[in-house]
Amino acid sequence: MLTREQIAMRVAREMRDGYYVNLGIGIPTLVANYIPKGMQVMLQSENGLLGMGPFPTEEEVDADMINAGKQTVTAITGASIFDSAQSFAMIRGGHVDLTVLGAFEVDVMGNIASWMVPGKLVKGMGGAMDLVAGAENIVVTMTHASKTGESKLLPKCTLPLTGAGCIKKVVTDLAYVEIRDGKFWLIERAPGVSVDEIVKLTAGEMVVPEVVPEMSF
Amino acid sequence: MAGLDKVVTSYEQALAGLADGMTIIAGGFGLCGIPEGLIAQIKKMGIRDLTVVSNNCGVDGFGLGILLENRQIKKMISSYVGENELFEKQLLSGELEVELTPQGTLAEKIRAGGAGIPAFFTATGYGTPIGEGKEVREFHGRQYILEESVTGDFAIVKGWKADRYGNVIYRHTARNFNPLAATAGKITVVEVEEIVEPGELDIDNVHTPGIYVDRIIQGTFEKRIERRTVRSQEA
Repeated sequence: MLTREQIAMRVAREMRDGYYVNLGIGIPTLVANYIPKGMQVMLQSENGLLGMGPFPTEEEVDADMINAGKQTVTAITGASIFDSAQSFAMIRGGHVDLTVLGAFEVDVMGNIASWMVPGKLVKGMGGAMDLVAGAENIVVTMTHASKTGESKLLPKCTLPLTGAGCIKKVVTDLAYVEIRDGKFWLIERAPGVSVDEIVKLTAGEMVVPEVVPEMSF
Repeated sequence: MAGLDKVVTSYEQALAGLADGMTIIAGGFGLCGIPEGLIAQIKKMGIRDLTVVSNNCGVDGFGLGILLENRQIKKMISSYVGENELFEKQLLSGELEVELTPQGTLAEKIRAGGAGIPAFFTATGYGTPIGEGKEVREFHGRQYILEESVTGDFAIVKGWKADRYGNVIYRHTARNFNPLAATAGKITVVEVEEIVEPGELDIDNVHTPGIYVDRIIQGTFEKRIERRTVRSQEA
């Protein structure tokens, strides 16, 4: 099984030199720690910062410089600042090369549910609906199944959707899975995890190629 | 105030005319770039049944959260709320209504509202609960939903510096929704850290041109930090 850090490391392999990348809250944020050496990448924060840097030192803390998670951050050399409409023009207009976000469920049609559990207080979708609607290249990070063993990779999402037909890549603690032609495709498995285990915890139809390589870190 | 001089010297003047039941568009993202003194004045005025369009609703005891405490807000139009317990309570008791709106759609609703565009099509929210009941149209083989823009009776904005004519610049990510809000109020009030004379701002770098601004007031800001995250010096 992959740790949170290993999920982030696997996602980071989807980066390419020169990419503009939006990372969601949680595991996706960790991806910033594993940008491959020698690669130049700009992180977009949807509150209006392109070129997000690391957290500030105590001396650098500035209340006017935060990220979309409302954490204090810094800006890298070459960064830019803009308003929220401009920020979502980048996102909605398809200018962001890679978007990474978490989810509760995904299904074989590429639907994603990530913002609302009926009966629980709904805090809002923030920018997630805009991100999934606007991005071509999205990686979802999630655990493959709930703690009680219920699959989160489904024939059809049960929770209200964040976006329809927009997800093609999923990295879970067990596998790297692609979605196409109304099916999950098992591409890679986590070290020490068997194909059978993955299939058992995948409720939606899954295509298993003859060889499913094990990820290495 | 005379001619193009928009400067007012009291918060009473800054929000004169604000009344029960009005719609306010507020700039800010979390607690970053919020017009602290104007929010405090709304609390002081005690006006009620407000509809507030703002990405978030502050926290308990700070930002727009203080208007919740006073039960002055009837409806919030926001993308993410619930950083405050009071919000949750008022929502569950039915005192407060919330229209959750995707963040980019919210930004565009305000931008379009200020630009005289009554509605626009966006793919955001199609096939989700947000799209339910909204007009759907296909363009280039993709489905889009019709979203209506918003305007406010008042816009309350936090700027960094403004000149007397109402040209405003913002600082860092305190910009966020502020320039959009500034365009969408029938009366736009901007609270700034510093007022300068016309000519002192670089004309190529004005973020909000003075035409959108009705009143400017100099404030003092606590600038509370919601999530203080730091790294160690050597890292």
